Amino acid sequence: MTEYIIKNGCVVDPTQGINSQKMDICIKDGKFVDKVSGAAKVIDASGKLVMAAGVDIHSHVAGPKVDMGRLFRPEDKLFRSPMRGKNTRMEMGFSVPSTTKTGYDYARLGFSFVMEAAMPPLEAAHVHEEIRDTPIIDEGAMPVLANNWFLLEYFKNGEIENAGAYASWILNATRGFALKCVNPGGTEAWGWGLNCITIHDKVPYFDITPAEIVAGLMETNEYLRLPHSVHVHANNLGNPGNYTTTLDTLKLAEGFAPNNDFGREQVMHHTHIQFHCYGGESFKSDSFESKSKEVMDYVNSRKKLTVDIGQVTLDETTTMTADGPFEYHLTHMNHLKWSNVDVELETAAGIVPFVYDPATFIAGAQWAIGLEIALFAKDKDRCFVTTDHPNAGPFWRYPRIYKWLLSAKARNDVIENQLKYGGKVIDRTYIGELADKEITLYELAQMTRSGVAKALGLKDMYGSLKTGLAANVAVYDIDPANLPSDPEQYEKAFGSCFAFFKDGILAVEDHEIVNYSMPKKTVWVNSIVPENKQVKRDIRDKFLHSYTIALDNYAVFDEHVHNPYAIKVDITS
Amino acid sequence: MSEVIKNVACPYCGACCDDLVVTVENGKILEVQNACVIGTEIYHHASREGRVGSPRMRQPDGTYKDITYDEAIDYTARMLIKAKKPLIYGFGSTNCEGQAAAGRVAEEAGAVLDNCASICHGSSFLAIFDTGYPSCTLGEVKNRADVVIYWGSNAAHAHPRHMSRYGVFPRGFFTNKGHRGRKVITVDPRYTDTARCSDIFLQVKQGHDYDLFDAFRMVMRGYVDDVPEIVAGIPKEKILEVCDIIKMGRYVHIFFGMGLCHSDGRNHNVDIAINLVRDINEITKCTIMAMRGHYNIAGPGVVWSWQFGFPYCIDLSKGSHAHMNPGETSSVDLANRGEVDAFINIGTDAGAHFPIRSFEKLGSRVPMVTIDPSVNMAATVSDVHIPVAIVGVETGGICYRMDNVPIQYRAVVPPYNGILTDEELFNRILNRMLELKTEGIECDGKWEYAKPLPSLIPVKIEPEA
Repeated sequence: MTEYIIKNGCVVDPTQGINSQKMDICIKDGKFVDKVSGAAKVIDASGKLVMAAGVDIHSHVAGPKVDMGRLFRPEDKLFRSPMRGKNTRMEMGFSVPSTTKTGYDYARLGFSFVMEAAMPPLEAAHVHEEIRDTPIIDEGAMPVLANNWFLLEYFKNGEIENAGAYASWILNATRGFALKCVNPGGTEAWGWGLNCITIHDKVPYFDITPAEIVAGLMETNEYLRLPHSVHVHANNLGNPGNYTTTLDTLKLAEGFAPNNDFGREQVMHHTHIQFHCYGGESFKSDSFESKSKEVMDYVNSRKKLTVDIGQVTLDETTTMTADGPFEYHLTHMNHLKWSNVDVELETAAGIVPFVYDPATFIAGAQWAIGLEIALFAKDKDRCFVTTDHPNAGPFWRYPRIYKWLLSAKARNDVIENQLKYGGKVIDRTYIGELADKEITLYELAQMTRSGVAKALGLKDMYGSLKTGLAANVAVYDIDPANLPSDPEQYEKAFGSCFAFFKDGILAVEDHEIVNYSMPKKTVWVNSIVPENKQVKRDIRDKFLHSYTIALDNYAVFDEHVHNPYAIKVDITS
Repeated sequence: MSEVIKNVACPYCGACCDDLVVTVENGKILEVQNACVIGTEIYHHASREGRVGSPRMRQPDGTYKDITYDEAIDYTARMLIKAKKPLIYGFGSTNCEGQAAAGRVAEEAGAVLDNCASICHGSSFLAIFDTGYPSCTLGEVKNRADVVIYWGSNAAHAHPRHMSRYGVFPRGFFTNKGHRGRKVITVDPRYTDTARCSDIFLQVKQGHDYDLFDAFRMVMRGYVDDVPEIVAGIPKEKILEVCDIIKMGRYVHIFFGMGLCHSDGRNHNVDIAINLVRDINEITKCTIMAMRGHYNIAGPGVVWSWQFGFPYCIDLSKGSHAHMNPGETSSVDLANRGEVDAFINIGTDAGAHFPIRSFEKLGSRVPMVTIDPSVNMAATVSDVHIPVAIVGVETGGICYRMDNVPIQYRAVVPPYNGILTDEELFNRILNRMLELKTEGIECDGKWEYAKPLPSLIPVKIEPEA
């Protein structure tokens, strides 16, 4: 196999405490090595930044609702897609890119691993089909479980071992990675057109509360010793005054301790928390306010929590979530088209286009709140950059977010020149207090690499340049010794990496995609639990009476899982 | 020694029943249980005499001669490269693997990629583009729905087991009384067999569905007094009765068929149906679903949306980006205007389904390849007919049910005579195209071996102007 040496780059790698040191990175046989022979191909990275490849903890990139977002929005393609490149296939779509564009764009950003944020178990085969057609990046997918009839019943009866056996079966059946919790209880209530707004609202029929569901999922997760923690999208997303629900949800983590062999320290990951940090009673500028400080004060004080920001990028985008009632609520706010899929016994999904218009107060305030969260976070290894792609904006806008975080000037420029109600936004949020605050490249690497990989339980695979790990590394046109004075340079450099290696194979060279046919992985968790006859019976029963497909056709056939990479977690021994 | 294979999914209609039990022996199908009569026939067809076991090329005298796969693939690859705007149409009856492989071929060929939705639920897509699609999976209907409406769709015949598995009769979790706990309403100009299974039948005046939807919307929005005494042939009191049932329902579901999307109003009928669903959701839970016809006609919409961002009518001939504009890039319109210079008919029968005037322009003027397990009307006028394995019988793969749930299909017998699957075939066509391109074959629109149809084939050739 080809050897490479990335020479004279300025390396930032928080996993080894390396902060802007000039050093060489050697690659052989797909892995980082200490040295290579003289025959190694040289990548001259002098005056450039070298980081481990990025890791995305939460992004909707493959699956039924993502694809519905593509299908029902032809306008998202019209004049909003790039022309086909020399070496690449067609790339279509702006907010919900086609699978090829998704793979290429992540490579251009220098990302190696992306977690699909919500996989309805019934439609897992669809997710895996799209993963097959997404080039370059490794992917995993989290089955959505917080409204699953089996689990609602087990949690109601306090049967954690049964819940564990079922969750383990689902991970194996769907080739899934972690337990995802979206609007616990509320999405099941949506089956009847209802919702659960607080964590104490009862779920119709099942007579259980969201609090019990989230606690049950955390207990199940630690019982199964999974690499990642429970991945929570709490109740009451997007509503003014919802920060109390958020704090209530976060407080549920007290009393649980991480139990795993993967170095994960949190018991709950709260995703796109920007949408959950709102105060006030309405979206009007005299009522709505940021509560990011209150929420982040709590997060900062608890090591067992991680968050990602869900940063609004001020674009026209497509919102999509398993929080069905929220999307219904949203279509009443913006009166745009609305798609919905309720999935039998399991979950739901809604999709609505949305314009985060900088000429509105509320988009400006949401924009500010996301950045506040990132800036308030004391431990950057526990707070990650996302856009909840494509909900708050497309993922390929990450470089713009980096710019806003790395440069106070860029941020203030948005407030002064882009937001119509910048003054009001300063009044109603904390962004004014943070006017001078900037993060470092080291902190950025924590928020997009090392911290993310650790929270996913994948620190031994991604987010690090340690010798022996798979060689996923990106080189950017930024000289840490001589940082650009023009913040636009950050966006440009991080948006189109100079070079990118995926598993030791050069995918991007001199800003161009040169290879997209390298092998990629579908990372999943093979959870092994003691045999549980009760759960087996329950599964048979539900398939006999309630599902519309046969049990034998439910689990994804091996031939439909492409390049599987199993992480085995056995709790029987 | 016979073998019984269970949980086999059926390659007939969009209901994708996956509970078939198939008994096979020595690669022959002996018995099919649980399937409807049409599904059963598809299985037995695979074991009948008269299957085409090899690609065939039409000879000047109109007869067909067997050729090898290599020859057929070479013909198709050359045709795709040389044509300026080839059309690849069909895909209702193949698996998603084949559709994805065809997407790669079409991109390399700069072709127009279209599927049967173009002449079927394409108008529903137009409505979905405008209004969205508040839908659900079929299990939600089974488990929750207490009011079910079939509008412009005769499930009893088109989707024979739909009513028993999903819509009318099943006992679900919250619907344990089965059909006795459900109010079933059928709206149709004809008294269909579906209507006979319904509690209420509304005989809408043909072509006036939009009026009736409008009346429903008026009632839902509180304008009862303004509803005329008769709308679309239905008395006002009947409309109010049905609206009361809907309002009292815990979960209302509307299934709509081609009666909406292919009668007067077309996409506008579907549009107002979706808007009615939005209105009903203000009162109680309501969802809607298109009764997709073939077992995997939802598939190309799903697959090509992730590949190209569009479900159908995808013009890839620009090479730089995909372009969709039904009316401009839809198969029938392209054929009518004579804009297509090569045609692949795959997993469907354009000969039977297209308007005769547009199919004449394809069949008589451009080189044509049919990829299908059986001899259909399009195959009888094709230059080359390439048989492929029958999905769900001879090969597996993923197919999308009408509610976009992926169903994993199984092979119960090996492919007849070792014929290829659609995916293998398209992959080989792609490889051959890449080879030919390196050999210097290029797109010149010159077609040296397009043969005029012999007169014995009953297709009218228009005189040259």
